[in-house]
Amino acid sequence: MSDQVWTQVGLKEVEYRRVVEILGREPNHVELQMFGVMWSEHCSYKHSRSTLKKLPTKGERVLQGPGENAGVIKVTDDLAVAFKIESHNHPSFVEPFQGAATGVGGILRDVFTMGARPIALLDSLRFGHLDDAKQRHLFSGVVAGIGHYGNCMGIPTVGGEVYFDDSYKGNCLVNAMCVGIVEPGKIRKGIAKGPGNPIMVVGARTGRDGIHGASLLASAEFGEQAEDKRPSVQVGDPFMEKLLLEACLELFETDAVVGIQDMGAAGLISSSSEMAARGDVGLEIDVRKVPAREEGMQAWEFLLSESQERMLVCVEKGREPEVEAIFEKWGLLSAVIGQVTDDGMLRVLDNGAVVAEVPAHALADEAPVYYPESKEPAYLADLRNFDYSTVPMPEDFNEALLKLLGSTNIGSREWVYRQYDHMVLLGTVVAPGADAALLRLRSAARPGIHGVSAPEGPFDSEESGTEGVPTPPDTTRTLGLALKTDCNARYVYLNPRRGTAIAVAEAARNCVVTGATPVAITNNLNFGNPEKPEIFWTFDQAVEGMAEACTVLGTPVTGGNVSFYNETAGEAIYPTPTIGMVAIHENLETAVTPGFKNAGDVIVLLGDTKDELGGSEYLKVIHGEVGHDCPNLDLALELKLQRAVRTAINEGLVTAAHDISDGGLVVALAEMAMAAAEGARGCQLNIFATEGRLDGHLFGETQSRVLLTVNRDNVMRLRSICIAEGLPHRLIGDVTADGRFVVAGLAPGHESEFIFRRQTLIDLPTDDLAQAHKEAIPQWMGA
Amino acid sequence: MRFGVTVFPGTNCEMDTYHALREVIGVQTDYVWHQERDLSRYDAIVIAGGFSYGDYLRTGAIARFSPVMESLAEFAARGGLVLGICNGFQILCEAGLLPGVLLRNAHLQFRCGWTHLRVENAATAFTGATTLGQTLKVPVNHGEGNYYADPETLADLNRHNQILFRYATADGDVTPAASPNGSVENIAGIINRSGNVAGMMPHPERACEPLLGSDQGAYIFKSMVNCLTAGSR
Repeated sequence: MSDQVWTQVGLKEVEYRRVVEILGREPNHVELQMFGVMWSEHCSYKHSRSTLKKLPTKGERVLQGPGENAGVIKVTDDLAVAFKIESHNHPSFVEPFQGAATGVGGILRDVFTMGARPIALLDSLRFGHLDDAKQRHLFSGVVAGIGHYGNCMGIPTVGGEVYFDDSYKGNCLVNAMCVGIVEPGKIRKGIAKGPGNPIMVVGARTGRDGIHGASLLASAEFGEQAEDKRPSVQVGDPFMEKLLLEACLELFETDAVVGIQDMGAAGLISSSSEMAARGDVGLEIDVRKVPAREEGMQAWEFLLSESQERMLVCVEKGREPEVEAIFEKWGLLSAVIGQVTDDGMLRVLDNGAVVAEVPAHALADEAPVYYPESKEPAYLADLRNFDYSTVPMPEDFNEALLKLLGSTNIGSREWVYRQYDHMVLLGTVVAPGADAALLRLRSAARPGIHGVSAPEGPFDSEESGTEGVPTPPDTTRTLGLALKTDCNARYVYLNPRRGTAIAVAEAARNCVVTGATPVAITNNLNFGNPEKPEIFWTFDQAVEGMAEACTVLGTPVTGGNVSFYNETAGEAIYPTPTIGMVAIHENLETAVTPGFKNAGDVIVLLGDTKDELGGSEYLKVIHGEVGHDCPNLDLALELKLQRAVRTAINEGLVTAAHDISDGGLVVALAEMAMAAAEGARGCQLNIFATEGRLDGHLFGETQSRVLLTVNRDNVMRLRSICIAEGLPHRLIGDVTADGRFVVAGLAPGHESEFIFRRQTLIDLPTDDLAQAHKEAIPQWMGA
Repeated sequence: MRFGVTVFPGTNCEMDTYHALREVIGVQTDYVWHQERDLSRYDAIVIAGGFSYGDYLRTGAIARFSPVMESLAEFAARGGLVLGICNGFQILCEAGLLPGVLLRNAHLQFRCGWTHLRVENAATAFTGATTLGQTLKVPVNHGEGNYYADPETLADLNRHNQILFRYATADGDVTPAASPNGSVENIAGIINRSGNVAGMMPHPERACEPLLGSDQGAYIFKSMVNCLTAGSR
């Protein structure tokens, strides 16, 4: 480790030389700190920027693409959705409760700084296996931290995913997604404009916490002493953020705001330089005017502090008193710390004396862009050589199914989501536990309407004390939002390009089975050290796969987050490009859920089944193997499938629908049975295995498949929809009332291939399945 | 008839409660800011759930000192209907308007999910639209909902029919497993001796529309409206 000035702030020598060139002189200590953090990977995307240009970002509905605090898509002429996903991996590994809590706090601010009222949170989490006490500590701490922040804020956590794999043992992943609603005309941006306009800090006081979070914590690998970085983790206060949220939304109802930005990673320096750069202006700010939590803070500490629950606002000149009054009402501080200038310089004063002066664009936009070396990883060839035909067939399929359902990656997530408020704001139509979360878009939760605004609406003309109950206004709003985060990282590990395309397809499919239409994604690209050619190759391939799938499925990327350096002691995580999918549901009256509804309904399998066991949960859980290749993906077929499913649901034909994913066909059917309505908790299935391995048909993870149930009278109509799309489909069984889960295999006979052999493979009470499923996580974590 | 829904810093269920009362039940409803001192225009006040003052110190412990709580005590003394939901129940206990306390859940985790409430007294302003022994599907959402009262207070509550709801199975069996938090005697909601102040941990406002999974929470608000309409109080 060198003790050169640049290494102390995380810069390379060549980067330092570039700074000197831009300034025409050596930077002083404060300026060096500013460049160190703004040119960090976390803030500058210097290793990913060129690759990310491959992603499609435009579409009819896109009102705001990448580059702002969150993306925005249009739902109707007067309703838009702002959303983004962001990682808090390293802080959560170092301090799980606060790391995860502040991850939620940060993504909430990214959304409400756009002028949107947050209406949902989702979390994509990954840990090592729970047989390790450290992993149980991380898992329980992260879940409690997410709950702590979201529950207190009153924003429902409606979905997400949890995966366990030992590749995350030294580096857990915590990706938080937030979705908010905003009127299209009222979107706010992180911009400073109009020389002379004041710049204000609002919200919490600034302390010394979180300094170097973005540069030294988020933009470097972990060594042995990860816990030494604990002081770089911020501490969150959701109560403060709740007040900040309400105050900001109230402020947005005025036209006093020019622009606003969250003071998240790299705090004051990143928010001020980015706002100035977007507006092509300069800023002059005096750090001594920032409300401080403690005495004796240095200028650079003010600039780099990642104290939570703060916003930087550019206000129309003369409107400061209005802003102050609103924040005072909510018991919050606000302070004018400077003003917009016209010289393009970010000038930092300390009690009137200039301590730093650099071009805003240099900090925000002129970090070097790297085109790292790229090389296909050697491990891939070894994996491809794995031949699953040598794996023994299970002797007892009952046992195999119970083991899969009771495994931590397939088992029930109730232990997690029962710790999250997933109902507040009265939007949750389909709660966690199904394919995608489904939310009602409700006018009463629209932005800007809050508790203390003057009452409005039909009753207000009436005097108080009027007897009787007025007729309630019509509240039937059928518009909804389906949301899902998804990534099968084992697929991406086996095949970065196709695995990532599958993550997009799968997230879309999860939304489609509710009846919704996918419209856009946000992404969280979690990878190892991009300066290693094999890691960068994987990253590049993943982005290409994502671009391909997003283009075909019509879901542009509106923003996201890249998290590199997810390594400990040189061991990288599985490449994990998490997809956050947003889909619009036009009519919640027709929405469907996975559980069987009526005995006698027919179960129809859409899509084709092959014996694809590569990368499957079955191979891993039952045989302890990870290898071969991920399943195939035909995006054209995927699109047909999604159209057919949506048409059938929208026509009201479908009583239940479920995507087939981890664990394959039989696990998907078991999930439908376990979630069934009373009196429909059984099924009788016939699985045709005409070629390939029988276990491959049962547990293989062939893509582009969906299970539907329909009333027998609707079978012909459903078939005609499938035929019109040219989509393979097959009636595979019936929903029964006897509470038994029965699967029979049909295979060509020994005597004649036309005389099928029938063999009962699985016969278990659905209650037994449910018991195994329910215990999957509590067996490690306690009830 | 006019309902008020209180808003403290950190309250987060006020919009839901407002929606349920105004849009679903159809009664005039206003938000009441925590610094409000005049409650004379209201017939009923609902203290909505959330994390007033961040639940710092102790749930409800700071909110009880706010100006609106002073006027609320007078309002209650005059016979106005008061319903505390979740954090509202905690505040009412802290303020001494209801007996007992809400402890940390016995399993020490936050818990969100559906519960069934068995109606233990159907002859109150808050349960008049229900029948005795009926179960209502209403969700809970709390970390500190473990009701506790000393044996004497408990005996007193039982003797005077002040238990409104107990956690039960869907069939109405009061079993330990049916309780989400370890409450003494599965208590989910209680009422004061004079019958005009009630508190409950479950959230009826989240169970007023079939689309959200249940509309049986609406019975509680309808009971209040019926009571006020009949002028029986």
